[in-house]
Amino acid sequence: MEEQAKDYSHINGWGIDADPKNDPTYPMKHRTNEEHKGYSWERPPQQPITMEVLHSIERPNVTAVYGTAMPPSGLSGMIRRFAFKHSENSYLHWLPLLVADRVNVVEGLIEDVAEGKVPNIFSEKGYSADWDHNRSGLAVRAAVGAAVVGAVVLMCAGEKNRKRWFNQLMDR
Amino acid sequence: MLAMNYRGPKRVRIDQKPIPEILHPEDAIVRVVRSCICGSDLHLYNGNVPDTRVGSTFGHEFVGIVEEIGSDVHKLKVGDKVIVPFNISCGRCAFCKQELYGNCHESNSQATAVGGIFGYSHTAGGYNGGQAEYVRVPYADVGPTIIPEGMDWDDAVLLTDVVPTGYQAAEMAGIQKGDTVVIFGAGPIGIMAARCSWLFGAGRVIIIDKEDYRLEFARNYSQCEAYNFMDMEDPVVFVKKTTDWMGADVCIDAVGAEAAGNVLQTITGRKLLLQAGSATALHWAINSVKKGGIVSIVGVYGPTDNLVPIGNVVNKGLTIRANQASVKRLLPRLIDHVQNGIIKPKQLITHRVPLEEVADAYRMFSEKLDNCIKPVLIPPTAHA
Ligand SMILES: NC(=O)c1ccc[n+]([C@@H]2O[C@H](COP(=O)([O-])OP(=O)(O)OC[C@H]3O[C@@H](n4cnc5c(N)ncnc54)[C@H](O)[C@@H]3O)[C@@H](O)[C@H]2O)c1
Ligand SMILES: [Zn+2]
Ligand SMILES: [Zn+2]
Repeated sequence: MEEQAKDYSHINGWGIDADPKNDPTYPMKHRTNEEHKGYSWERPPQQPITMEVLHSIERPNVTAVYGTAMPPSGLSGMIRRFAFKHSENSYLHWLPLLVADRVNVVEGLIEDVAEGKVPNIFSEKGYSADWDHNRSGLAVRAAVGAAVVGAVVLMCAGEKNRKRWFNQLMDR
Repeated sequence: MLAMNYRGPKRVRIDQKPIPEILHPEDAIVRVVRSCICGSDLHLYNGNVPDTRVGSTFGHEFVGIVEEIGSDVHKLKVGDKVIVPFNISCGRCAFCKQELYGNCHESNSQATAVGGIFGYSHTAGGYNGGQAEYVRVPYADVGPTIIPEGMDWDDAVLLTDVVPTGYQAAEMAGIQKGDTVVIFGAGPIGIMAARCSWLFGAGRVIIIDKEDYRLEFARNYSQCEAYNFMDMEDPVVFVKKTTDWMGADVCIDAVGAEAAGNVLQTITGRKLLLQAGSATALHWAINSVKKGGIVSIVGVYGPTDNLVPIGNVVNKGLTIRANQASVKRLLPRLIDHVQNGIIKPKQLITHRVPLEEVADAYRMFSEKLDNCIKPVLIPPTAHA
């Protein structure tokens, strides 16, 4: 291995207790210590970079291939660009990304509506699986949902409105 | 083509998307015949993995037929039936060369901490996945493996992740003959880890979960002991008691970030996202293993921090071993095991669902409806 090529004779005792069997990565890693040579392997050809690819600042480049699923765009894209100014070691990387993901959900809804699609939340959430296999759970969920919405509406409504809402709700 | 489309936490649908094209000379396009939903997909589905972009297609467990190849693909030809490992690996970087195919350095620009994975957010490279009719498969000469004569699609699709991950969980556990192995999680991965623990000579295999139907399944399929932690006052005390107060020789975390069982972990890890998922199972694993024991982690966590009793790792002198499974490294051995009838993967499949019903399949798997263990999606073009 590489180490032998270098001269460590100035370090008293260098390597006298080295034990190749002391390797907790066995048998996962077929150890050749390639990485001691640094980022020096012959890289695969580069996939032409035809879109914006954010890359971790813990590496010098875009990998030879990359995914093209969803290049950054809109407000969420701006937040993602900010996140990628910080390393994977930083909360300023991961927390903005989570925020961007939530912003992206709203962008997705806007996009759907702009394309004249009204997202069918019931079907996107797969509630028909509950309808088939968990009808009582679905009923409880619906009841809880209705109660929460009702309570919020009541809380938001003024005193007068609240009475009216309440009366309506109680069918009075 | 039809493809799953992520719209936000717990919201997915099927949409039309363009058929992927060759973008690199070493790419192939694969027409999907089977693709699964995995416990790993639930971390994405629940919105817990940073940089999961709306519009992405998930799916890292798929098999299919090679439809088109790039100019520099030599080992595959159009029409080949292939197992596509969930890891995207170049075969040439320092990590791939040492068989760490889950840790490739030329497949994920966005994060150095993980190699590229199909359909697994931009944090794993931003690739569209296999819950679709077609997928772009980079480095087609490296990962994809031709399905041997006589093996069917259902067995093959579980070789893309579940079998290698369960096997590697047991392998990393360094099981010695006679060891007591405790596995947290009786999902497909835990069930497979329990089965594989015997192959390494375990003396006793115990699986712990909260879903009785999964425990029942594990008891039969993995021929192991199975216990419900909801019936225990404290799972760690349970393990201590049942091992003559020594602790297990080995504990395996096959749960990861969606763990239940501890309110503080659930609230901080899954609701508020103050930690990278709930680390309940790992916490239990560390505390249940004996002094000098080994904890093997295949459960997936996010990229930030988790609350685990690291002091006990030090004081007990534990060894922790963990990784994404290196599917390509393990495939030759595991294909043998499947062909010799030692591992019977497709028995895990409880649901075969048309790709069009992907939203319901996610819901069913995530909520453990209809005794679901492993759902497989079948695209309409599978029959073409
Ligand atoms: N490292 C890898 O290469 C790799 C590959 C595939 C999957 N995974 C990970 O493995 C884990 C399991 O995958 P799966 O497909 O079996 O998922 P799953 O969601 O089907 O199974 C997880 C099981 O854990 C149980 N559980 C929850 N909290 C628990 C606790 N505190 N103790 C014990 N059991 C508990 C659940 O009831 C469920 O049955 C996931 O985190 C997944 O991301 C890792
Ligand atoms: Zn998986
Ligand atoms: Zn590589």
